[in-house]
Amino acid sequence: MEFREHILENGLEVIAECNPAAYSTAIAFFVKAGSRDENDANSGVSHFLEHMAFKGTPHRTAAEVNRELDEMGSHCNAFTSEEQTVYYATVLPDLQTRAVALLCDIMRPSLREDDFETEKKVIIEEIYKYDDQPPFGAHEKCMASHFGEHPLARNILGSVESVTALTPSAMRAYFEQRYSPGGMVLAAAGNVDFEALVQEAEKQCGQWRAFPTSRQTPPTPAHQSFDFLAHDKAAQQYTVQLSNGPAAEDEARYASRIMATIFGDDCGSRLYWEFVESGLAEYASCGAYEYQGAGLLMTFLCCAPQDTQENIRRLHEMQVAFSQTGVSQDELRRAIAKTSAHVVLQSERPGNRLFSLGSNWIQRRKYRTVKETVQAYQAVTKNDIEAMARRFPLAVNTTLSVGPLTELAAPA
Amino acid sequence: MSRGRSALRELYVSPPILSHEYENGLVLVAEPMPWLESAAFTLLLPAGCIYDAPNRVGLANLTCEMVQRGCGQRDSRRFVEDLENLGADTSSSVSNTHTSFGGAMLADTLPEVLGIFADLVLRPHLPGEQLEEGKMVCVQEIRAIEDELAQRLMSGLRRRHYPAPYGRSAPGELVAIEQATLQDVQASFQNNYVPRGAILGVAGKIEWESLREHVGKIFADWKDRPQTAPPETPASGGYEHLQQASQQTQIGVAFASVPYADPNYFQARGAIGVLSDGMSSRLFTEVRENRGLCYTVYASMGSAHRGHGAVLCYAGTSTERAQETLDVMTAELIRLGQGVEQGELDRLKARLKSSLIMIQESSQARSSGVAAEWHHLNRVRTLAELGEHVDRLSCQSINAYLAEHPPADFTIVTLGEQPLEPPDGVS
Repeated sequence: MEFREHILENGLEVIAECNPAAYSTAIAFFVKAGSRDENDANSGVSHFLEHMAFKGTPHRTAAEVNRELDEMGSHCNAFTSEEQTVYYATVLPDLQTRAVALLCDIMRPSLREDDFETEKKVIIEEIYKYDDQPPFGAHEKCMASHFGEHPLARNILGSVESVTALTPSAMRAYFEQRYSPGGMVLAAAGNVDFEALVQEAEKQCGQWRAFPTSRQTPPTPAHQSFDFLAHDKAAQQYTVQLSNGPAAEDEARYASRIMATIFGDDCGSRLYWEFVESGLAEYASCGAYEYQGAGLLMTFLCCAPQDTQENIRRLHEMQVAFSQTGVSQDELRRAIAKTSAHVVLQSERPGNRLFSLGSNWIQRRKYRTVKETVQAYQAVTKNDIEAMARRFPLAVNTTLSVGPLTELAAPA
Repeated sequence: MSRGRSALRELYVSPPILSHEYENGLVLVAEPMPWLESAAFTLLLPAGCIYDAPNRVGLANLTCEMVQRGCGQRDSRRFVEDLENLGADTSSSVSNTHTSFGGAMLADTLPEVLGIFADLVLRPHLPGEQLEEGKMVCVQEIRAIEDELAQRLMSGLRRRHYPAPYGRSAPGELVAIEQATLQDVQASFQNNYVPRGAILGVAGKIEWESLREHVGKIFADWKDRPQTAPPETPASGGYEHLQQASQQTQIGVAFASVPYADPNYFQARGAIGVLSDGMSSRLFTEVRENRGLCYTVYASMGSAHRGHGAVLCYAGTSTERAQETLDVMTAELIRLGQGVEQGELDRLKARLKSSLIMIQESSQARSSGVAAEWHHLNRVRTLAELGEHVDRLSCQSINAYLAEHPPADFTIVTLGEQPLEPPDGVS
């Protein structure tokens, strides 16, 4: 395993973790563009743009992009989050240069009008699909309540109205604010020929014009509220709770993840024994999520409507107790063992390793080996967890519940 | 820097697949992958929901839940905690034919983890005082599916397309779970957690001789017991609409194909690959890319029944565009009967071969792959052999197959606000 990095003159960073023994080469562009960079007028544009990248460039039609990805036998896809858009492909090592050339090309899409209108229909179908699916918008609505005026309040998909109103020129304007080479990272993992990667990046991206990009990272004060939304099409009740947690830059994030594992991993955690193993809930979990300048602990509870009030009361009691009494050495040891094993197992596939590599770099400009990551988890102590539970109390949260209930009260 | 390998065929390491049948009927099948640090296992037990009595559909799922509530020297908490201390990422599931347990871990802990699962299979406590909790877990699962419209649609499609009881869904019926007793669970365990028909697939950094010996030792007390195969009744086919208030209409289409063990399987798989694998496939191009009719559309080979192959297709789209989506989908299925083209086949072969090479990076994928292949074939082909099958595919061979087996006699199920007009050719 060898880490390599290179910066093009226009600011595009090229990084790789090279493992000559790997069977595949995984390549991605990580772009600092997500819903937090949008406004009311262009809500949903980051995600729509991610779709449009596959709809053709000055050199290729949409059908040619799709055909070429398949000709390479690639496993290719893309996703958009609150603060990143990621385009990735995994190919056999011999196809590295061809795959890089194609990924570079689609980073400068044509945004043709007729493709735009056809793809808009696909996006609207995607919005409808999620409307019909659990947790029926509970996550997005809870994010909106928790973050209020903060940019992280924004919904990734946008709404049917905002997407319908988008135009190719509005998308072009957004593109010209976000897709600067300085706001993007070309990352590769697995069987990577780094010299060839840099050479192809120079050839394909060297002439990209650099322009300034910026992102607002206002503070996120703790927020507390309790709301529910009646949704009569749902059978179960879906409750999301958000509390603040360490941000992406905060080294306390390792302790926060171990804390979330102890409290709410989907197996073997306190929430698991209390709610899932007992059959009181279909699902109960807690996880840690980091963003630039902000962090979250998200608790999710899915149960029968008639059990929700009582379950939320129990959950609140557990959260209060967790902040007061801390964790046992045994819980800590187990959480570290399973988290470390998970990190190692995941890293066997370059396709997985790529995401840690790219996210680490785009969030922190840091490279961490698998071993260093495992060591960071192993260094977490009981005191760290207890300090974390006091600094970010789970009981102080934004709660939003969606389901058939027409009455639901905040826990006393 | 060295690139290691250059030609495609050299990329298959293709280790020998090793297998052993123990006296009690249990089969161990393993693929050593010495380049990995991990090992994974998949234990298939012939305890799927097809063995549930008609008034107890869901019992296999409840039994799977109950066997994990303590076994051997461990109560349910200790069972989970020991696996976590070993860093084993484990899972369980019930399909129509099997109950399966699986896990991935660092290779040196595999023997100990397998020992815990041997306890689960041989010495579960099936604690009566936890029956109500176990039933509640199963009830939660059934309730959750009510909100998963695509899953409900596909369950409806399988129920209508496969001969009963192969179209069942493992979570089963609420009333069956409510009425199930501890005696039902004990009988389900006794009858179906049997070694004959059980397959333990293992892949990763393993040493064959010691693994074979260890597995023989830990499962030595597992006594062979006869198991009764359920009677089959023919599928109903035809068209059914499931009423549901929703933004989108879910569309499912199924038609007969050949089973996995059939000599023509690769021809059928090749045809469905042209239809649905990749972003240049026909369904993706015609339904999503050219018309923007939906976000998700696919077709896949079903494997619910060893003797009945099937193709299951899905699309989800808004109500007013659902009829057009169904019409375009079925038109593509019928057009497939007219044959595939060289460019399409070349792209498919590239995808299949690259998947075969990349799967060598995952012990988990290989452990379930070798176990499933043994179930269908009573042997396991190496990745190189599978690669040769892909190499041999030609337009001529696929088109000859399609000429004899054109997609037809569709079973269609829709779920949404309004029923659709099924096309001609519904079975």
